[in-house]
Amino acid sequence: MLKKFASVAGALALSTALVTPAMAELSGKLRIMSDMSNPAPRAIMEGLAADFDAMHPDLEVEVEIVDREAWKSQIRNALTADAPDVINWYAANRMGPYVNAGLFEDISDMYANGDLPGLDSVKGAMTLDGKQWGVPYTYYQWGIYYREDIFKELGLSEPTTFDEEIANCAKILESGRKCYTIGSKYLWTAGGWFDYMNMRTNGFDFHMQLATGQASWTSDEVRATFANWRKLIDMGAFIDDHQTYSWQEALPFFVKGEATAYLMGNFVVPHLREGGLTDDQIDFYQFPKIADVPMGEDAPTDTFHIASAAQNKEAARAFLQYVTSADVQTEINAGSGLGQLPVNSASSVDDDEFLNQGFEMLSNNATGGIAQFFDRDFPAEMASIGMEGLQEFMVFPDNLDDILNRLESARGRIYK
Amino acid sequence: MSTANQSWAKRNRMTITPLLFLLPGILFFVAYVVFPIFQSFNISLYEWDGLGEATYIGAGNYQELLTDRNFEISLWNNVKWLVLYLLAIPAGLLIALLLNQTVPGIRLYKSLFFFPFVISQVVVGLVFSWFYLPRVGLLNALLTSLGLESINVLGDPTLATYGIIAAGLWPQTAYCMILYLTGLNAVDPEQVEAGRLDGAKGVKMLWYVILPQLRPATFIAFVVTIIGALRSFDLISIMTNGGPFGSTRVLSFYMFEKALSEYGFRMGYGSAIAVVLFFIMLFFIAYFLWSMYRDEREARR
Repeated sequence: MLKKFASVAGALALSTALVTPAMAELSGKLRIMSDMSNPAPRAIMEGLAADFDAMHPDLEVEVEIVDREAWKSQIRNALTADAPDVINWYAANRMGPYVNAGLFEDISDMYANGDLPGLDSVKGAMTLDGKQWGVPYTYYQWGIYYREDIFKELGLSEPTTFDEEIANCAKILESGRKCYTIGSKYLWTAGGWFDYMNMRTNGFDFHMQLATGQASWTSDEVRATFANWRKLIDMGAFIDDHQTYSWQEALPFFVKGEATAYLMGNFVVPHLREGGLTDDQIDFYQFPKIADVPMGEDAPTDTFHIASAAQNKEAARAFLQYVTSADVQTEINAGSGLGQLPVNSASSVDDDEFLNQGFEMLSNNATGGIAQFFDRDFPAEMASIGMEGLQEFMVFPDNLDDILNRLESARGRIYK
Repeated sequence: MSTANQSWAKRNRMTITPLLFLLPGILFFVAYVVFPIFQSFNISLYEWDGLGEATYIGAGNYQELLTDRNFEISLWNNVKWLVLYLLAIPAGLLIALLLNQTVPGIRLYKSLFFFPFVISQVVVGLVFSWFYLPRVGLLNALLTSLGLESINVLGDPTLATYGIIAAGLWPQTAYCMILYLTGLNAVDPEQVEAGRLDGAKGVKMLWYVILPQLRPATFIAFVVTIIGALRSFDLISIMTNGGPFGSTRVLSFYMFEKALSEYGFRMGYGSAIAVVLFFIMLFFIAYFLWSMYRDEREARR
């Protein structure tokens, strides 16, 4: 800590650093541009900035919050013209365009010299070209959220294998319900299903080979994935007309009990509770095993980065340290805040039925590896063409050959 | 010297004054319309993600367009829009003829019919997507009460585009109606009287006496409808987001997706689509300009 500080503030400040915390010497202005625009995350972000501001009397912290969806295209302008110091983005491949264009600051040294304790397990998701480009601040599990009360009523238990899953589904269908709700209008929900089908059928490593363009879409492995998926589709396991609904519009099927399960990220839980379901009625299980491969899981990670054109990089680095420190991580990811999982291994997970199960699953039963999500692991263009094909497959499974050939030719063009 | 200048300015002020008045407009038009058009032409020859270095690939983007099935679908959808959107003109005329009467409260009816044009396209899109909803929408409630099978208009790739066009026709018909209503006010009652004396009635009266007098209104209705059809973006974005599986995209939407959306940022490819769309529009615009020029010349004679 002292060594780093000396290089930052010079020898004169060193003497004061011995008596006050090193970061107290930060001065000037720290500009943060954040996409945490939903009410709860917004409060967290504003709280973080205010606290950081209070910790450093000479530093002025300025936060600008941009709509989360709009940010996905605005980040380009933000980083190129009058860049802020700290910005929000996503882990893994999604960082690619900005890393390649030299717009994200390389912070490998912070990981190397121990400025970011407790982040070793998430370092991989921040690594591109062997360097680290930012820090995560929250992540969440994916999995199957189901109606515990209906499972009880039908005498079903949480399945651990795909055969059990199918047997359960047959009974659910018999009772006049659908097994899964899904709204695929905006495509990405179908990407979640493919992630799990493929990771369970062929394993995490193959899934990543497909994501990085090394494996072929017309391979036997991919066909096996779709064959497994088709078993569910042919049973009529998914709700009808899902291509017309957004993921929120698919929620009422679950809440009303017309469909018993939802493959989703943990962010679905507050919506289910708001819909009037109690925790006795909802439960969670890990996507069941299909082939005998280590289980891979989707756990999308949201991140902070420093712009390479930042004006106040010292303050920006200190802010990243602050956000990822164990206590702050515990606090912002608690149920009263983001309601997600902390990235620091020294933090504690809030005592919530779903967070506990998710944390347990990701820590102990995700031996295959942790993926980000279809549209974050695959390059953007492949993801958009891919998800469109997945949606088409879910509606017209007979078009599979045509879809796979299309994806394969897109693969030939996109990965060069 | 200075006096010579003054007199030159004075002598030519009839020419200079309008030019000066036009200058700001022309400057903005060049900076924000003409220049970007040529810029698009230029970018369409490159492969560029908007951030890094642009690589010159010649006609590569256009070659890719030729084999891109999504482009073909978008192009055909544009044709569907162009043809079917024109239905707004006869429909608008019909409603205008119906409403062109003097009965108590007709102003209220007129405003009610004009209402869909006033509300935002986004609202129109939302209203229609609720109308089409698979299980609870009004359309399917109606169909099932008649004993017919329910349909998912926006989820069926063969129907979705027509569903969106129908939604677009609602405000567009209102627009054409208002154009015709003003046109009908200007119809010469003496000519109608003369026609009546000669025994013209009903359709014949409409075709030979009324419609020729409505020609300016028809022309404007044609122009705004064609342009409206080519600009159909917001309804698609709201109602289907281009789906299901890209079956409702039109060129403008595809261009946006490829160049500016979350998964896009292929600026060169997007520009190539924009160039194609520009030439389609240019064809119509050239026709409109030419026919306006012709009319004006005839009027001057």
